[in-house]
Amino acid sequence: MRPLRNIIQKEIWHILRDRRTLLILFGMPIAQILLFGFAITNEIKGADIAVLDRAQDIHSQAVTERLVASGYFTVQATVHSEPEIEQLFRTGQIKMGVIYPSDLGAHLESQQPVEVQFIADATDPNTATTLVNYGRAIVGDYQRELAPLAQPPRQIQTELRMLYNQELESVFLFVPGVMTIILMLVSAMMTSIALTREKELGTMEVLLVSPLRPPLIILGKVIPYVLLSMINTLLILGLSVWVFDMPIRGSFVLLFAESLLFVITALSLGILISTRTSSQQVAMMMSLMVLMLPTILLSGFIFPIESMPQPLQIISHIIPAKWFILIIKDIMLKGVGWAFIWQETLILTGMTTLFIGLSIRNFNIRLS
Amino acid sequence: MITIQANEVNKKYGDTIALRDLSLSVEKGELFGLIGPDGAGKTSLIRILTTLLLADKGTATVNGHDVVKSYRAIRRQVGYMPGRFSLYQDLSVEENLRFFATAFGTTIEANYDVIRDIYQQIEPFRRRRAGALSGGMKQKLALSCALVHRPEVLFLDEPTTGVDPVSRQEFWQILKGLQERGITILVSTPYMDEASLCDRIALIQDGQLLGIDTPAALRKAYPHPLWDLQSSRRYELLHFLRQQEFTLSVFPFGETLHLATRPDVPEHQIRESCYSQGFTDIQLTRIEATIEDCFMDRMAPTADPEIH
Repeated sequence: MRPLRNIIQKEIWHILRDRRTLLILFGMPIAQILLFGFAITNEIKGADIAVLDRAQDIHSQAVTERLVASGYFTVQATVHSEPEIEQLFRTGQIKMGVIYPSDLGAHLESQQPVEVQFIADATDPNTATTLVNYGRAIVGDYQRELAPLAQPPRQIQTELRMLYNQELESVFLFVPGVMTIILMLVSAMMTSIALTREKELGTMEVLLVSPLRPPLIILGKVIPYVLLSMINTLLILGLSVWVFDMPIRGSFVLLFAESLLFVITALSLGILISTRTSSQQVAMMMSLMVLMLPTILLSGFIFPIESMPQPLQIISHIIPAKWFILIIKDIMLKGVGWAFIWQETLILTGMTTLFIGLSIRNFNIRLS
Repeated sequence: MITIQANEVNKKYGDTIALRDLSLSVEKGELFGLIGPDGAGKTSLIRILTTLLLADKGTATVNGHDVVKSYRAIRRQVGYMPGRFSLYQDLSVEENLRFFATAFGTTIEANYDVIRDIYQQIEPFRRRRAGALSGGMKQKLALSCALVHRPEVLFLDEPTTGVDPVSRQEFWQILKGLQERGITILVSTPYMDEASLCDRIALIQDGQLLGIDTPAALRKAYPHPLWDLQSSRRYELLHFLRQQEFTLSVFPFGETLHLATRPDVPEHQIRESCYSQGFTDIQLTRIEATIEDCFMDRMAPTADPEIH
């Protein structure tokens, strides 16, 4: 075991002495989680609106209060004419304008269709649609509450229940994705770079002309990155639990074990890449092109797999990240146990075995 | 007893031929030099002998072990110092040495006597990162790392390239010392002047052996009369001599010219033909051939090697 410890220690020295890489290794997960959690979000909170109130009665005031109370809107301005609303849009001060007609009260009380006008800024169509839908729902709710005794109108009411993530917190979606990307990046890219660095600097030559067995060299170089990745896993989980109140409903031990499995999958990919390249730059480009892009685009992290064209859906099956994201979502949000994720786990295990087998076959005991 | 043996070794990289039917043998305890310009095939041969490359054709043994079948036995018994500095720049001198000692299952302390003379010179800097060492010190560290497991055979690929002349001389002294300990040493170099420091040398050009013998025997075997010419108009003189009927070859050698002539050309004939062309300041001396002269003589006539 002494030679193995020797290589591990050397690799840890390399990692600790390269301050810049170290900063990236630990700074990146924190930055990404915070970015995705706080900044890059598709929820709407406190969108600025302008109100043109031609009714000036208790109903128009009540609707405005409800808009604000929902948390989705903040009244930025109260205006007296439509051109003023347009002016506010132009200067970018508001996201939506609300116009109450002068006959609002009369229409509401007589249960006639109400025409509250919402004007939205459709340069960002998603936000515009969401804002208008929220506003319409709030007005509709108010109207129904006003007439509980009246003849209910013949219409189908839908009732929504959002399971596992009732608040529709987008951070719940991003945490599994970011965790997957970070683990992929640290494990696959860093190991492939660390291994090709030895080739590029010529130290692999010296290591090969020694009694050290190649598998031992690789194992020794890879183990520190396993440790690093697991520290990163804890860091990301800690941030998501304590900063974003994300639940871990299932077993933490199971989650940790699955993360370890995914780290080993990524490492074996990194080793495989390093057996096919001999310069750090090529290793990095290959990691980015072959691993990172599919992980981000095809794993279902950002774009839903169900809405992809058929060929891409098929390709997504061979992306390890896809299965890992399914596993963490299941454990963290649904709180399910082993019985529900054994298939995904088996697939990941199979992929890992394949990658390790290919790496062993491709690893050269000589220089070329 | 033969320690290193190569039999008709061939190696190609794509269409480029690196080694053609190269055979040589090195006796136990010898300091053997592979002499040749860049691209001659020295590195390929050393890599085949250190089990890092597979020959396309031919066989080789080191310490009686076949380089293909028994590569693991060879890797335990040899020390190897590659052409460029191949240690960990971000590790200190001592950490590098300790790492390689442990890699070979030994310790610095157990083999300190082998490396003492070399390591003592860099020991004052043992906490310094290897990347911050000077060229000469890097080379000593690399040699210490290659020796720390007490190898029986030492392969050094151009160890003195890029090292200042004083350190080069020191380095050859060190090699002599190691040879006295019974270590067989195979060293490659593009510097012809280092050839005379070896017991035996092999001249290599374009992957082919031009000659293999002791430096003295090679020089003695030089077949032509050889002259050293000095002149202030060296370049013109070179062109003039190239056209003379008595000239076999002439090439610049440092500050002077070396001229090989047909047999029995008297000194006054050379002198007079130079004078007649206005080269009045020439100094003409009959000389013994150097290794470089031998190399140039044996070299393929069309090739234009880069000689240091």
